[in-house]
Parts: sequence; C-alpha cells; structure tokens
Amino acid sequence: MTQMVEPSGPMPHRFSWARLGIYLVLGIAAFFFLIPLWVTLMTSFKTMAEIRFGNILAWPGHFTVAPWGKAWSSACTGLACTGIKIGFWNSVRILVPSVIISIFVGAITGYVIAFYKVPGARVGFSILLIGAFIPYQVFLYPLVRIFSSLGLYGTLPCIIIVHVMFGLPLMSLLFRNFYSALPIELFNAARVDGAGFVTIFRHVILPMSTPIIIVATILQVTGIWNDFILGLTFAGRDNWPMTVQLNNIVSSTTGEAAYNVNMAATILTAAVPLCVYLISGRWFVRGIAAGAVKG
Amino acid sequence: MGSINIKDIAIGFGEVKIFEHMSLDIAKGEFIVLLGPSGCGKSTLLNAIAGLLEVRAGQIWIDGKNVTWAEPKDRGIAMVFQSYSLYPRMVVEQNLSFGLRIAGLPKAEIAARVQKAAKLLQLEPLLHRRPAELSGGQRQRVAIGRALVRNVDVFLFDEPLSNLDAKLRNELRVEIKKLHQNLGNTMIYVTHDQVEALTLADRIAIMDKGVIQQLASPHDIYHNPANLFVAGFIGAPVMNFLDGKIVRENGSTHFIGDDGVSIDLGAAPLPARENQPVVLGLRPEHISLVASGGAGTVAGTVAIVEPLGAETILWTEIPGKTVSVRVDGESTIRAGQNLHLRFDPAHARIFDKASGDRLVATIA
Repeated sequence: MTQMVEPSGPMPHRFSWARLGIYLVLGIAAFFFLIPLWVTLMTSFKTMAEIRFGNILAWPGHFTVAPWGKAWSSACTGLACTGIKIGFWNSVRILVPSVIISIFVGAITGYVIAFYKVPGARVGFSILLIGAFIPYQVFLYPLVRIFSSLGLYGTLPCIIIVHVMFGLPLMSLLFRNFYSALPIELFNAARVDGAGFVTIFRHVILPMSTPIIIVATILQVTGIWNDFILGLTFAGRDNWPMTVQLNNIVSSTTGEAAYNVNMAATILTAAVPLCVYLISGRWFVRGIAAGAVKG
Repeated sequence: MGSINIKDIAIGFGEVKIFEHMSLDIAKGEFIVLLGPSGCGKSTLLNAIAGLLEVRAGQIWIDGKNVTWAEPKDRGIAMVFQSYSLYPRMVVEQNLSFGLRIAGLPKAEIAARVQKAAKLLQLEPLLHRRPAELSGGQRQRVAIGRALVRNVDVFLFDEPLSNLDAKLRNELRVEIKKLHQNLGNTMIYVTHDQVEALTLADRIAIMDKGVIQQLASPHDIYHNPANLFVAGFIGAPVMNFLDGKIVRENGSTHFIGDDGVSIDLGAAPLPARENQPVVLGLRPEHISLVASGGAGTVAGTVAIVEPLGAETILWTEIPGKTVSVRVDGESTIRAGQNLHLRFDPAHARIFDKASGDRLVATIA
C-alpha cells in the first residue's frame, strides 16, 4: 500500500461511523434519564394553574418558589401539616449514627478477616455474604418480633441497629478486599514493632483507609437515605424517615393533587444522595480503583 | 549475645509441609545468608524465627532463651522486609520511633535512639518526610533504621534489596556489610541473589525443597559444592556439567564423557567406582584456551560470545554439549571460531549421577 502522508507525531483522528453510533446511543440514554428530572424540576417551579394547562416540558411561565416552601414546612402528611422537614431531620438522625457505626463495625470485621487467622472466619464471612443475598422481606417479620420482645421496636435505636445489620455484609466485604490488598508485611512490621490488635488498627491500618472509608460513606449515605421499607417498618411513626414522609405527602388524597408541591418534596428528598454523587463522583471512582496501595 | 538455635522445627500450611526436621545453629555475631530458589522455604524459616509463623514442632532458641511461643516483639529481633513496609501515613521520624513509642520508652531515650540511627544511615535530612516522598533506596534505609532503633542483637532481613535497581542494590549491599562490621549483630539474611549471598555471608545456607543442602562459607559453597543442586545454583554462568564415567588407565584417573570427551585427572585417587555413572562439574574459569590441539584438549567451536566488560563468556560447542568458557574481556574471539579447550583437572568436581552428591576420594 502506498502511504500519502509520512506518519509522524500524533496520529490524526479520523471520523468513524462506529464512534458516531456510540455518541448517538450515549446521547439518547442521557436524554432518556434526564427527562424525568427536568419535568420534576420544571413542575416544582410552576403554579397549579400553569400545570393544569398541561405542557409538562415547558419552562415555567410564572416562576414561583412557593411550592418549595410549602413542601418543606406545611405540606400535609395525613392529619399533620408540618411539611417534609420533620422527615428530613428524622433521616439525618437515622443516617449519621447508622453510617458511622456500620462503617466502623465493617472496618473492624474486614481488618480481622484480612489479617488474623481466626478459626471459622471464612465460614462466618461466607454466611454473612449469603445473608446479603436473602431478600429483606424475609427478615422483616422475624426482626419485628425480636425487637418487640426486646422492647426496642419502633424506636430510633431499632432502625439504627437494623441499618448497621443490613450494611454489615457489604461493609465487611469492602474493607476486607481493601485490606487484603495491603501488603501483609506492613502488618508483620507492626507486630515486630510490638503493636497489638488495637494499635495496629488505629495507627497503621486506619490512617491508610481514607479512600475506602469515603467509598463506604458514599454507599451507606445513599443507601440508608434512600431506604423506605426498613424505615417504614422499624423506625416508628415519630421517626419515619424522609422517604416515608414523602410517600405520605404524595399519596394524601384530600382534594386536588398539588403536583408542584409533590415535585418539590421529591427533589428535596432526593437532594442528599444527588449532592453526594455530584460532589464525590471522582472520589467514588478513585476509591474503587484504589484497591492496590503501594507502600 | 545473639546466638540462634533452631531445633528440629516443622512448618506447614494445612496439608502442605514446607519443611520438617529443620535444624540450624547460628553463632552470635554471625552473618548467615539463607539462599535458594523461590519456594525453597527460606522466607518461611525467617518468619518462623521472627515469630510471625507458628511452628508445628520443634523449638527456636534465641540468646539461650526458648522463644518458640514468644511474640515477635519479645524475641529480641528486628526485621527488614522486602517491600520496605514503612507506615505510609507517618513521617520517617515517626516510622523509626513507632515501636519505641508503643513500648513506652522515655521521650529523651526515643529521640536519642532515632538520632543515632538517622546519623548512621544518613537519614537526618529526611526525618520529616513521608515514605512516598522517598526514593527506593532511602525507604529501605529507613526500614533498616527502624530495625536499628530497637537495639536488639538479631537482625532479620527478608530479601531487603530485591525491589531496588542494580546500582542501589550494590550501594546498599556495601552499607549492610559495613553495618554488620560496625555493630557486630547476628544477622540472618534471606535472598535469592547469589552475589548478595557470596559477598555478605560468613556462612551461606543453601536451601532447596525445604532442606538445607549445604551450610558453609561462601568459598566452600563456590569451590566445594556438596551436591549438584548447590553446584548448579551458585555461579554465573553456571558450572559446566558433563555426564560420563571414571576409569583408571596406566596409573592415572580419567574421566570419559558419554560423548567422547576425555579428561586426564592425573594421579588423583579414584573418587568413584570405575564405570559408575558420574557428572563432572567444571566452572567456566577452569576451562582455558590452548593454542593447538593435543593430548588432554578438546576441540570446539564458539557459538555465542557474551562480552561482560571485564570478562567475556564463550559458549563453545564440543561434542554433545555446549560449555561456557570464561576469558579475558579483551579477547577478540568471534562466534564461529574453532578453539582447543583444556579442562583444569585440579578444579574438576565429580558428582554421583544417581544421588547428585559430590564424590570425594577417601583412599589416598
């Protein structure tokens, strides 16, 4: 074959139909997933009069933030008309201890499984992982019975314990995999230096765990915030999380459905996981990729 | 202080036996190198001495104390690892002092020890850097420093130089030897690099398949290998091996190669029964070039020339075999050239083909 141009320097990018196809599919997929968010956002800034007009894709003609205020502080959930803010603070009160405790317990479990030859650890860990694949629904009734007999059912500690429990398999797996990739020599060096179980964890292992702690936090914050069924079942009426409150607002059937308020409440509820993803996207990828850490 | 006695220990993981009936006595102040191919059990033995691995049977004594069940920190040992194993989130100074801080030593004492080690290893300008900000050689010096501050009599090195490039490896090798001369500690050093073993060791323990094949000085290991494994493992290029048998003719001993090579071993006594299958081993430097053929020489053709600077290796084809011949680096011999080789009978080593053991004449 004869070459018209002598190859030199960076290869020129050429048009290819395959590449065009890829971008086309990506574009359609992005459009498809953005449409609901667009509709939700637009509707939340419209007045009910405009919504009744029916053009759901249109930019708000008369821009208003009133639905947001109503959603936050005065929307009705059943009899009480206190908005979704109670649900927000309930979710925060459930989220913070659940995330901290589940990550801490997962880290310790992963550390033990990765570095200590505990008899039966492998079997125990396998059972834990199998447990993660059994549908939640199977656990609900037995757990309700157990917590009632302990007098904990329908309380804040109850829902926190439940979240820690259901988070344990994934958290342990995450930390175990991360710690297994650390050189065992590091652990041995600390042992020769005279460090024990707690010292090695606190001063050697934990300071190296930042990437995986960030990953675990992202997973747990989004997972627990988005939870509906566990909160509904175990938290008790006073502690119902935001997702449950949102459902109650949306499904209240007195008079005309306030779509704008419902949409605003939806975005308020989704805001926390949305922010987590937007802020941490890069960290999330980095954390997943940080399996191997060089000493 | 610092003698080590390994008494008949056994180690295994599950069904796999790494070694059994392993015994080794190391005198205080001795530099012992455990040398062998990967999987020979050398690192396992070191970890057992350190207390990082449990033994299934036997005892380990350090300094006259039975430490078989003792924690690593209570054994009076310090260890340097292959991957440096510095604590990544601590600066050099904290890395050095970590063990001392755990032990609860007074601050002044810790500072003094860290200063002393830093000075000895030229780490003073690096004390406030993180491991990630150090080069490989500096990291390994910190790792050695972490062993130094423990003020113990026994140092264990687990392939400390194998992650470094060739130049740094040579530098640090010299530093470790200097350190041993200055401190006089007992040192056990695991490596698969024979140059490290030959240059550093007072005695080398060559291991294969969980058994110490030979425990001797570097000189003896090189010149009087106990068996074919040792002879073939040490030396680069490896010793030349010729299969054949020993015969007695006209009052002198001859090696007759299976491919017709005949070497007159002189009046030396018979190391083996006549006609017993043996292997003759001869190092490349003990084969010399002679100007013309004649009695006791072998004709060959140079196949490959490897210039190594100070010396040149000629891979020379003789009947049935390619042998390596070490000649001066100035040699102008080219591939394809025909040569006459003389095998130095004084350095020929005879091994039993069946067992691999070296055969030594016992009858004068």
